[in-house]
Amino acid sequence: MLRSDVLRKALLFTFAVVIVMILHHFKEEVAACENCKEKEKKAHMGFGTVGEVGHQDYNPMTYLTDWNFSHLPTDQRSKFYKETKLSGGRLLREYWIYTVNKEIEIAPGVFFPAWTYNGQVPGPTIRATEGDLIRIHFLNQGDKPHTMHFHGFHPDSMDGAMPHQFVAPGDTFLYEFEADPVGVHLYHCHSVPLTQHIHKGLYGVYIVDPKIPKKPAKEFIMMLNAFDTNFDEENEVYAVNTVAFYYMKNPIKVNLEDLVRVYVVNIAEFDPINSFHLHANFFYEFRTGTSSTPNSYTDTIILGQAERSILEFKFKFPGQYMFHAHKTEFSELGWMGAFEVLP
Amino acid sequence: MRFYHKTFRKNMSSNLEQVQNINNPEATSKLRFWGNVFLPLILLSLLIIVFLAIGPLGVFKAALPPIEEVSIQRIILQPNEITLKVVNDGPDPVTIAQVLVNESYWKFEMEPSQTLPRLGRGTIKIYYPWVEGNLEKIKLLSRNGITFDAEIPVATTSPSPNLQYLSSFALLGVYVGVIPVFLGLLWLPSLRRLKEKWYSFFLALTVGLLVFLGIESLVEAIETTEKAPAVYQGMGVLMLGFFIAILVLSAFSRKGSLASQEKGESYRKLMLAYSVAIGIGIHNLGEGLAIGGAYAVGEISLGALLVLGFMIHNVTEGVAIVAPIAKAGARLKQLVLMGLLAGVPTILGTWIGGFTYSAIWSVLFLAIGAGAIFQVVFSIMQYMAKPNLGSLFSFTNVWGFLLGLAVMYVTGFFVTI
Repeated sequence: MLRSDVLRKALLFTFAVVIVMILHHFKEEVAACENCKEKEKKAHMGFGTVGEVGHQDYNPMTYLTDWNFSHLPTDQRSKFYKETKLSGGRLLREYWIYTVNKEIEIAPGVFFPAWTYNGQVPGPTIRATEGDLIRIHFLNQGDKPHTMHFHGFHPDSMDGAMPHQFVAPGDTFLYEFEADPVGVHLYHCHSVPLTQHIHKGLYGVYIVDPKIPKKPAKEFIMMLNAFDTNFDEENEVYAVNTVAFYYMKNPIKVNLEDLVRVYVVNIAEFDPINSFHLHANFFYEFRTGTSSTPNSYTDTIILGQAERSILEFKFKFPGQYMFHAHKTEFSELGWMGAFEVLP
Repeated sequence: MRFYHKTFRKNMSSNLEQVQNINNPEATSKLRFWGNVFLPLILLSLLIIVFLAIGPLGVFKAALPPIEEVSIQRIILQPNEITLKVVNDGPDPVTIAQVLVNESYWKFEMEPSQTLPRLGRGTIKIYYPWVEGNLEKIKLLSRNGITFDAEIPVATTSPSPNLQYLSSFALLGVYVGVIPVFLGLLWLPSLRRLKEKWYSFFLALTVGLLVFLGIESLVEAIETTEKAPAVYQGMGVLMLGFFIAILVLSAFSRKGSLASQEKGESYRKLMLAYSVAIGIGIHNLGEGLAIGGAYAVGEISLGALLVLGFMIHNVTEGVAIVAPIAKAGARLKQLVLMGLLAGVPTILGTWIGGFTYSAIWSVLFLAIGAGAIFQVVFSIMQYMAKPNLGSLFSFTNVWGFLLGLAVMYVTGFFVTI
């Protein structure tokens, strides 16, 4: 009987311990639903990333309107870009492009060990007029063989794609070809494994303007890209111009009377398609920009990898208007932005 | 002490030490003994200091990226709000940069900081409009882009420890733990009338039931180790719990049986019944933890059928308790106490599991439960084998044992989640 007394005490003791544990827990967890309405509101406003990207050399806002290193001060610019007049009104455009490994911030606090052209992803935009001579002094400062492969006309020696055309680390190469045809194009590294070299960040926009200039417009360059940060061949971050939700937090300002022209290029790896959708508006779509006749008048387009378009539109009303992938999954993973239309 | 003294003297040759020995042989030998005890430790600390000062060499020097591991310990769902308890169980600090819910970036707050030091714990609060009954997927994205996933199979508001949940979990514990055990106890009068041979049969059946239960506990403990953060070494916890239970209970029962020799056979049987009750009680605590935990994280919805299944499954536990005392008789008070010992821990288990489920505690309790049950199995077999060891393997006993396993197997169909 003594033993069962002991057991009874032990049981009581266990009970006491558990009750103390639970009471302790009471303090830790805030019970029930206080200010439910407020929470619901907060929950539905909670999409997107937390925080801001740090200040770095690359600024998604200036990238939008930056070509041929136009955003650098003149003395800096001359290190990377030089124009020389040729006969017949043509220009020789010389570029100094180098590859370098660099950690870039693709969402606030999320860093990606990228391979870059001139330390930025996407690489610098190269823009010329039809018939101009493009000369690129290419230096590989990375630790893998890299190339520059342009979409457009050029002789095979300038293709930067065959294994013998790979530029070894530390080596240089001179790419030279005529700007042709008119349109919005792209360049990227064609070293192998190709998926890796592209996905790591070696790509940029290449624009060839027609000899007869287009109507003046507010022009923006948008590279639709994505990043697989955990090597599962699925992208964790989608973006326009690298930083997730950047233009959502910093809307692109345009005026009501402006004609807006967007050069949109899709380079996202792993997914078969990407898309571009504009709110409260319709745009003329010039596929690949090779013709002056629009292919369609719509508000959503689908783009496979390396597919690109020039979009032209005007806003009817002032205010904030989203643009995003109507592959909604991508939009919630960062590919979402907004225009702010000023009256 | 003498022994060491001699050994060390043989080995020592330094003049200085010999002089010291002459001066104060007893003190010196003590000093030497402790010196020898601590010498390797002192050298080890020196080595660590040198290693840290000069830095790692060779293979360690490679600039490897940090290894990031984060384990999501617990997910608490409240309307429009998901709270995660996380622990960094990797070797390096981890910074949680962003959080995704169902493949969408979502705003979150993290305490105490977004950076978790090694073994650091944090709480992440996400305001997210989750949907009742949906599968909700959560992904944490580190500074270096590594992802840590967690899944809520069936989203439902997490129980918070208020009176309603306490009482409903208690009721659940009563249903699956207390009632079935007491129902099983009601077989005592029928067992009492059995002839010796059939009594032995029922003891063997009890052993069968218990072995099934023990292995079940052990397997569940092993499975649960997978869910616990690696750094806690679930397997180590399992072994500690298992062997502590077996050995401590064995030592106790040995002491008890020595003490009970003058008190006679029936007292011994009573003790055996109590130890079965305690063993089953600990097992039920582990079972309760599992049920409460699974319910809390939305892994199971406790349908009426499942609760019914547990009831049927656990009736067998009552039989196991009363079999040893079938011939000895016990007072009603004692029987009630046994029933409470075996059944009540289920309630405690569901409470703890429901409100503060942690895989590693589950492992510990399941392992202790398994150990306790195996210890009881040994005790009963020892008791059965008392006349002679060979009697253990009579056909009656073998069939009894196998029937015990079979009963558990069949009733187990009701509780397969």
